[in-house]
Amino acid sequence: MCGIAGIIYRDGAQDIGRDMTRMLQSMKHRGPDSTGYALFGPAAHPVVMRYKLADANDPRDFEFTERLQRHRAEIESRLRELGAKIESVEDETDYACRAVLHYHGDLKQLADYIEDVPGTEVLSLGHSLEIVKDLGDAETVSAQYDLGDFTGTHAIGHVRMATESDVDISGAHPYWAYPFADIAVVHNGQLTNYFQWKRRLERSGHRFQSECDSEIIAVYLAEKMGEGMSLEEAMRASMQDLDGVFTYICVTKDALGVAKDEMAAKPLVLYESDNLVALASEEIAIRAIVDHEIDTYDPYEGEVLVWTR
Amino acid sequence: MDAVGERQISYDARGLSEPDAEIPKVSEVDGGRAVFDARDLTTRQINLELRWLLYERGITDVTVKNPGSKHSIGVGILTRCKITYEGSLGYFGCGMIDGPEVHITGRVGWSACENMMSGVVVIDGNAGSLTGAAIRGGDLVVKGRVGARSGIDQKGGTILTLGSAGSMNGFMMQRGRQIICGDVGPGLGDSMYDGIFYIGGKVKSLGVDCVPGEWDDADTEFIERKFRIYDLGSPPEFQKFVCGKKLYNYDNLEPSERKLVL
Repeated sequence: MCGIAGIIYRDGAQDIGRDMTRMLQSMKHRGPDSTGYALFGPAAHPVVMRYKLADANDPRDFEFTERLQRHRAEIESRLRELGAKIESVEDETDYACRAVLHYHGDLKQLADYIEDVPGTEVLSLGHSLEIVKDLGDAETVSAQYDLGDFTGTHAIGHVRMATESDVDISGAHPYWAYPFADIAVVHNGQLTNYFQWKRRLERSGHRFQSECDSEIIAVYLAEKMGEGMSLEEAMRASMQDLDGVFTYICVTKDALGVAKDEMAAKPLVLYESDNLVALASEEIAIRAIVDHEIDTYDPYEGEVLVWTR
Repeated sequence: MDAVGERQISYDARGLSEPDAEIPKVSEVDGGRAVFDARDLTTRQINLELRWLLYERGITDVTVKNPGSKHSIGVGILTRCKITYEGSLGYFGCGMIDGPEVHITGRVGWSACENMMSGVVVIDGNAGSLTGAAIRGGDLVVKGRVGARSGIDQKGGTILTLGSAGSMNGFMMQRGRQIICGDVGPGLGDSMYDGIFYIGGKVKSLGVDCVPGEWDDADTEFIERKFRIYDLGSPPEFQKFVCGKKLYNYDNLEPSERKLVL
């Protein structure tokens, strides 16, 4: 089933970590397997990179801790080797880290070199995007990664009921649109031409971290935007190219967009006011952050809507 | 060190499986009328309170404040009564009802009034997809717009929508009527068996076996009566669509099957 949500504040930074947690927790019944956030902070960091050294479900063998310490040190060594100046590295959990860097080189080269360290996956890379995802419900993940104090302008989130691939962090949403900075996607649905597009995009040089069909959307949009399309143009193109039933939300550093398939098979409820746009699979998620009576509606089939902050 | 599978996963977030939930008994009762605030109540508690008022206290007019878009509110009410929801309902609101007169001042999510047997439901706002799915009787009035596949598998009754409608409205409709004042999306009445659509706006496309119908005085009388009952002013001009019955081949198949059996 899965549940997706998005918020964009038009009048400056708000407590988006807290608000997105409330939205996602209210939809826990749509997917209790994992929860993920793509949060945009207001202040642009030089480069912020979220990465994991292992999966939450990986067996904890006798060498687990030592191996992760070695890999952590190897990553920092490789960052320096590429010319990055490390401002800070925080351990969010024993397998997930957040690094702030000064780096002016090629982000694809950086991501590829870091992911060459065994077990490592770059979850997000950009100037203000931070992707956090882990197993469990929203309150569990928020507490684990201390998201209650995260302020920012816009965010998307996802609660996952695993149907097409394993219950692990790699299969959790949101997906970063590798190798483009500050673009992420969450998706509810199934893509029926997944393998066709995966082969096509792999031939173009893209890489996939999971067996989850949703990852296709992020990489597809990244490729289209790399060809010069705007977010809205890329999303409209996806309506022709992607087959299946889906509703997905995409965020960039200054925009948030939603697309619904031609059959409108997956739900989405939308609320728009002067200072807030909130959308979710269920209205109950919007009610979790808006305490007065509101007017909402379901976008129709084939609709693509984009808001800028 | 965390062990695999240590995390606790619960599927109980909807508040539906609360076997120990008790009737909150928080209503203010005044003669045959009652009012209660649902803001801090779960779905199960709200439904228990409603049932207690309607079936045990003999209340015939209930107002529920702040339903907060919770799911499955007011389902399975099988008695003649009046219920007002001051706010919005989530998914499956007022499903499987038989008899109530319901007024919802907000909107309703997917599958509002699914399998409704009789009664009246008036929704002041919008309604999501699958509105009035498989209804068998009664009137469902939506003053806003409805989502996709409204009236899917409709078997009777009337769905009156003042706004627009999404795709595949009346998919596999078998009987009943839909009045839609606004535009409708693609695939109207796809694979319908019977029933009538009255469309006030533009039709993006007709579904398989849905064809324009011939207007007669009974159609005019029916629409004017519905608009008069719900105080909706003068009806706009409508186009009528019915089933072409080109796919309606059960009568041919059944005898041949019978022959094979005999």
